[in-house]
Amino acid sequence: MKPRDQYLKVEDVSKTFTSRQTMGGKLARAITRKGPPPGLQAVSGVTLELAKGQTLGLVGESGCGKSTLGRIMAGIHSPSAGTVRIDGLPVMEHGKKTTTAVQTVFQDPFASLDPRMKVGDAVAEGPILHGLIMPSMAQKYVERWFARVGLDPSLSHRYPHQFSGGQRQRIAIARALAMQPKLLICDEPVASLDVSIQAQVINLFLELRRELELTCVFISHDLSVVRHVSDRVAVMYLGRIVELGETQSVFGRPAHPYTAALLDSVPRIAAEGEALVEFKPIEGEIPSPLNPPPGCHFAPRCPR
Amino acid sequence: MTPETSKPVLEVENLQTEFATPNGALRAVDGVSFSLSPGEIIGLVGESGSGKSVTGFSLLGLVDAPGRIAGGSVKLDGTELVGMSPQDLRKRRGKEIAMIFQDPIATLNPLLTIGQQMEMALAAHEKLSRKAAAEKSAEALARVGIPSARERLTSYPHEFSGGMRQRAAIAIALLHRPAVVVADEPTTALDVSIQAQIIHEMKALARDYGVAMIWISHDLAVVSALASRILVMYAGRLVEEGPSAQVLRDPRHPYTRGLIDSLPSATAPGQMLTQIPGSMPALGALPPGCAFAPRCSFATDACGARPEMVQFGARGWRCLHPLGLEQKERAAS
Repeated sequence: MKPRDQYLKVEDVSKTFTSRQTMGGKLARAITRKGPPPGLQAVSGVTLELAKGQTLGLVGESGCGKSTLGRIMAGIHSPSAGTVRIDGLPVMEHGKKTTTAVQTVFQDPFASLDPRMKVGDAVAEGPILHGLIMPSMAQKYVERWFARVGLDPSLSHRYPHQFSGGQRQRIAIARALAMQPKLLICDEPVASLDVSIQAQVINLFLELRRELELTCVFISHDLSVVRHVSDRVAVMYLGRIVELGETQSVFGRPAHPYTAALLDSVPRIAAEGEALVEFKPIEGEIPSPLNPPPGCHFAPRCPR
Repeated sequence: MTPETSKPVLEVENLQTEFATPNGALRAVDGVSFSLSPGEIIGLVGESGSGKSVTGFSLLGLVDAPGRIAGGSVKLDGTELVGMSPQDLRKRRGKEIAMIFQDPIATLNPLLTIGQQMEMALAAHEKLSRKAAAEKSAEALARVGIPSARERLTSYPHEFSGGMRQRAAIAIALLHRPAVVVADEPTTALDVSIQAQIIHEMKALARDYGVAMIWISHDLAVVSALASRILVMYAGRLVEEGPSAQVLRDPRHPYTRGLIDSLPSATAPGQMLTQIPGSMPALGALPPGCAFAPRCSFATDACGARPEMVQFGARGWRCLHPLGLEQKERAAS
């Protein structure tokens, strides 16, 4: 028996991207006796666990590696080192994806749906291919999922361009859930939606999570959204997790100066009787991940 | 000079912008009126398709066919801009009124250095020696917080980070110290920490140089941190206006209320968010009366007629059932 709180287990995962070498480049490097080109360490030494039915929020600024980590968990990228296990089974072995148990909802529902495929077929394709359902059952199955995500089942014969952004994101969620995943990864699922539509999609997510006991990784740069939906939260900076813990305590009493600074830089509407919220911007910008500062990556910008 | 006492630098009166389609003209901006004082920052808020960006473009006369400004008036320092010849408009654009766009990659020319682009922007309205132009450009870059500005003049846009590019675009827009800057979602594509830096600097620029700004955004929190006044747009019309703090704390229009309530921060973590049912109607299929009525829980038959903007002190709303007031009236009666 695996302990229930280690349903998702990420162990010492790193990912280094190296630029592709041309023949001439290799030759030039050999002649000038330079070593191999430096790699870009997108994710380094990430270890975390998540219990079944919980949601992990993954936050950080662009380039911090949160999406890369999400893709490694989904088995889209293979990690350079370390393993990701779900329910005790590896997501990827020897650089080959071994499971359909992880599904992803991406940011841009305009790009993630095939424009020439009826949305119903897009939802049914995976389950049929992987033998979850018989093709003859597909119609009923699709209609059930459409109803579940709050779409009129009769719309399953339409094409993606006939839907609004919010509706497409519902379709993308139906497509992911139709695979009956053990882990759902949402990569900025509401970032491209308007506030009022964003609220509708977040509510759908909260509802489905409760009904289906979903285990989720919710990736977002929007701290207020992550605070709202996550049980646990991991803050990333330049490929490393700098703070990890229960959402309430990370947001309530941040331990890392970066988390504190990030929280301070979020604009919010002043509460009743409060003066206009003043910003305390973080000095400087994120250093290049090609050449990160030694030691603590945040040290050059750290106010403490 | 306080915004209240000084003469407005920009006066917009009943602005209407239409786009011709095979099915007739669509009115993207429908009767927008407001005025702006020197040094004042106002926020123009709305969701996609509300007409907030088209309003911004219309102010600078940047609406191309099949779009056209169908009516109304835009007065910049007393001079009418609507109907002005393209040549005269060009003389003013960039000098007296400038625009900052959402995407700095699209704004900057990838083939020219930042310095060359700034020099061109300067030369468009001013005769300057190259040395003086470089001097002025470096100064402008430094002012928006770009370190070692003089050396950065020889950099190309791709050598800048996203935040630096937007700063450079802002520096170009401010080169001639325009009286009015229209900023269209300038921080939407940026990270929160960079956004906070830029908002901080824009506030200082407005305060120190008396630049008046129209900040177009879908983000209520950003606008509340920056603007003293807020205009809320829905389906091409202004539905509410007033001082930021008052509008956000005590909104009159049900749509404004809905926008504020649907923010995750308005609800306890993990609880269902308050949502506005439905979505914004297409401009070609607007209901005859109040455009928000089909999504509004307060709507009555009376909302089938188009509500006018009600002005009350600094506040204004286009609603027959304004929130906060009816309850008080009911309590009184």
